[in-house]
Amino acid sequence: MTENITNTGKVVGINGNLVSVQFDGNVSLNEICYIRVDDIILKSEVIRIRGNIAQIQVYETTHGIKYGDIVEFTGEMLYAELGPGLLGQIYDGLQNPLPILAKRAGWFLERGIYENFLNYERQWHFKPTAKIGDTVRAGEYIGTVPENSFTHKIFIPFYLLGNYKIKSIADEGEYTVKETIAVLTDEKGNDIPISMSFRWPVKRAIKCYSERLAPTETMETKVRLIDSFFPVAKGGTYCIPGPFGAGKTVLQHTTSKYADVDIVIIAACGERAGEVVETLTEFPELIDPKTGRSLMERTIIICNTSSMPVASREASVYTSVTLAEYYRQMGLHVLLLADSTSRWAQALREMSGRLEEIPGEEAFPAYLESYIAAFYERAGYVRLPDGSTGSVTIGGTVSPAGGNFEEPVTQATLKVVGAFHGLSRERSDARKYPAIDPLISWSKYKGVISQEKSAFCRSILHHGDEIGSMMKVVGEDGTSLADFIIYLKEEMLDAVYFQQNSFDLTEANCGKERQRYVTDKLIHILGSDYNLNEKDEARSFFNRLRQKFIDWNYTEFLSDSFKKTESEIDSIYDDANGTLSNEAKLLFKGGE
Amino acid sequence: MNIVFNRIESITGSVITVRAKGVKYGELAQISTRFGKSLAEVNKIDGDIVSLQVFAGGQGISTGDEVRFLGHEMRISFSDDLLGRVFNGSGDPIDKGPALTENLKPIGGPSVNPTKRILANRMMRTNIPMIDMFNTLVVSQKLPIFSISGEPYNQLLARIAMQADADVIVLGGMGLKYDDFLYFKETLGNGGALSKTVMFIHTAADPTVECIKIPDMALAVAEQFALQDKDVLVLLTDMTNYADSMKEIAITQEQVPSNRGYPGDLYSQLAARYEKAVDFANSGSVTILAVTTMPGDDVTHPVPDNTGYITEGQYYLKGGRIEPFGSLSRLKQNVNASTRKDHRALMDGMIRLYSAYKDTIEKKNMGFSMSRWDEKLLKYGELFESRLMDLSVNLSLENALDLGWEILADCFDKEETGLKSELIEEFWPE
Repeated sequence: MTENITNTGKVVGINGNLVSVQFDGNVSLNEICYIRVDDIILKSEVIRIRGNIAQIQVYETTHGIKYGDIVEFTGEMLYAELGPGLLGQIYDGLQNPLPILAKRAGWFLERGIYENFLNYERQWHFKPTAKIGDTVRAGEYIGTVPENSFTHKIFIPFYLLGNYKIKSIADEGEYTVKETIAVLTDEKGNDIPISMSFRWPVKRAIKCYSERLAPTETMETKVRLIDSFFPVAKGGTYCIPGPFGAGKTVLQHTTSKYADVDIVIIAACGERAGEVVETLTEFPELIDPKTGRSLMERTIIICNTSSMPVASREASVYTSVTLAEYYRQMGLHVLLLADSTSRWAQALREMSGRLEEIPGEEAFPAYLESYIAAFYERAGYVRLPDGSTGSVTIGGTVSPAGGNFEEPVTQATLKVVGAFHGLSRERSDARKYPAIDPLISWSKYKGVISQEKSAFCRSILHHGDEIGSMMKVVGEDGTSLADFIIYLKEEMLDAVYFQQNSFDLTEANCGKERQRYVTDKLIHILGSDYNLNEKDEARSFFNRLRQKFIDWNYTEFLSDSFKKTESEIDSIYDDANGTLSNEAKLLFKGGE
Repeated sequence: MNIVFNRIESITGSVITVRAKGVKYGELAQISTRFGKSLAEVNKIDGDIVSLQVFAGGQGISTGDEVRFLGHEMRISFSDDLLGRVFNGSGDPIDKGPALTENLKPIGGPSVNPTKRILANRMMRTNIPMIDMFNTLVVSQKLPIFSISGEPYNQLLARIAMQADADVIVLGGMGLKYDDFLYFKETLGNGGALSKTVMFIHTAADPTVECIKIPDMALAVAEQFALQDKDVLVLLTDMTNYADSMKEIAITQEQVPSNRGYPGDLYSQLAARYEKAVDFANSGSVTILAVTTMPGDDVTHPVPDNTGYITEGQYYLKGGRIEPFGSLSRLKQNVNASTRKDHRALMDGMIRLYSAYKDTIEKKNMGFSMSRWDEKLLKYGELFESRLMDLSVNLSLENALDLGWEILADCFDKEETGLKSELIEEFWPE
């Protein structure tokens, strides 16, 4: 990495990864600096300035630093480098490409080794779309390059303010990301050369759009329980809190495979390295049904696992959302999955403790809420300067201490997200996956099935759950047959629709047409009265029905075996003289 | 470069300060007191005030004692000579053998580049059905054994060590009772495993600071063996003692506590250790099994809680059995698809029914009459507990699966199991 040195200082104190530096001249907050230790340099960020002492957080381990070591300031804030070649990459939290670090350093992440964020040698086929004399602004594009199956737009850098005239622009051809691709003239007549890549400070949101729109379009995750009952919208936000072992990561992993978006950014923030390896092994082999190409080509992984330095864990969520916003600017729909935001919050807590700030609840800093809110606010559905639309959807997992949702990170997150998928230990212990608890979860977005149908299923759920709790007290004998049947219906709804096997390809990838089709069938079954005379008969009837329904879920949609199993379900239904209740009939009125 | 000081400015608990320049963060020093020599580690530098953590604790240190900086960080000698040896938390031998000084390697080194890891995909057989069948242990996995005091966790650990197929076993004991240490030595010795074992032992009577170094040393050694193509199994007991030592030191140093007195970086500290579990491509591996006792049987206690978020599952040891609820091996999916095709479905189905059995037991205890279905569940639950769950059961995976089908067929009709019809046709015993 080459950086300009704007100022220098010397180390006067070290406490964990917080280093105090004495300096002369000017130093700005959040600026990047490097500590020289022996023959290596350690990247750091200024997080507090008091008099002539700057306190910096080091993105590496600090052992070996001593009093008097030289610190070089760069004058630049922590930035991401934006340009073609980001897709398919595996970065650490500071955007160093991990495969290249592995080539240089081998097995381990040796400190002080930094790499170019983008490949400076690779040539891209540039096609200009603007011409000399055009007036352009930040966020407008002047050409495109093909990147995998996407058209990657080459933007006027987002940091340029005001209007510019294109003085020259390169012809169609092969260029690297650092070559000058155009020269702009500003209003004062100064020339500004631009290339296909530029830097953007990660902690600032990219706002080069015309307007922010309401998130109304459903983002299909192919998870039945989410899409039908607790949907997520493109440009929306959602969170998945849950105790450990409840399946947060498996749920995100499934979403990253099947979600109906153009690009997925996975921010593995302070979690297990093994999970990233899983993605790395699996994704190149999987085919994206939308493009027919490898799933890896639509994915960027930002990986700052739990044993990597804490300070860059904090940086990693910002790096991820910046890359998401960049691709959104091209009119693409981007999904950012952050796993886990609690680890990020803990990184804030560790630094806050070292800075000896007055602690808030559970020693989290007082600014925790505003930081979380600002992060989720970077999601959105926007109209771009060229009239097209793009979106960033953010889904964050939360790992509450003790699985208790009352803790500060969960509460701060719930205030700002549009959907809440709360995972429960009871459901995961009973192997009911996904372990999203339908009784506590909610969503403010529109799902793939109609409001009325979803409300009907919910009423069965709540009613059945009440009867279930009552039965625990009064026993099965004390429960009327009618109530018992509702209880069985609720059990069936849970078993055949809420639960979904994410390891079976057909079962895991349940599209909206199938969800609509299957819920209609299910509502027919749940909304019908049967000729059942005793509880054991009722139980065995619903067991048979459930069994067939589960088999049905594993068949290919509209295939022969799908139709065959469906007719078997129908005949079980007919055998018990199923008749649709009036309440359910209303749901199917109006041509549906 | 050895800098020597004869003036200690302050002594608080196990932390001393001296005025010195040119000292590196993390450097070791040797302190000579009238009770002998002890190592100390630099853990804070503020101007020319250097704070050191004294391994033997602060007791008996005089302001006039000699502090000699050694110019390097904590290291451990690595070679095959380690096998069969026992060391304490300062890295000194406690088995009357010679000290090892060659080929010194730093401890607590950097983490493995995630792109250099490979997917854990080798099953580690233990012949304990609750592990092999329901929560398969995988090479390079990191798993805690959550337990309350009094459970036979060290016995379980020793049994896994004896039956699991590992080239090298590294045992890290933290706050270990001396008789437990002897138990390990004897069991592994009788099983002929002592010659492939290295032990790092901190007993309950040793100074707190030494406890903190145990996992780092054990894992540094394990990592070195793994890089020599060995499959290493690291057994740590008990990580709660380790966390409590960290708490004690953090509080003495006036750090702001986050949850029940534990330092805010508890998660990161634990993660840095557990993440040493790795399967190196074309080389060896490190698998970690760590006992974490839960104070008051409370899984939401900060230590088991943070651990659960780091590790790839957990085994709950309760009433002398590995509990099926809550116990989880996250990596089992990587291996149990290729064991036998009924493995996954049978595992899930049997647990679901066992959960229904638990509900029935609850109803029964409240005095409700039992339906025909309840009776079936009761029979099933008893069979499941006695024939599969009991820790003394020693069965290969395949035999355990067959037994599972037998139990199901004994208790239920086919469609009551909720299993895929295709599997039922193939495996249902006549």
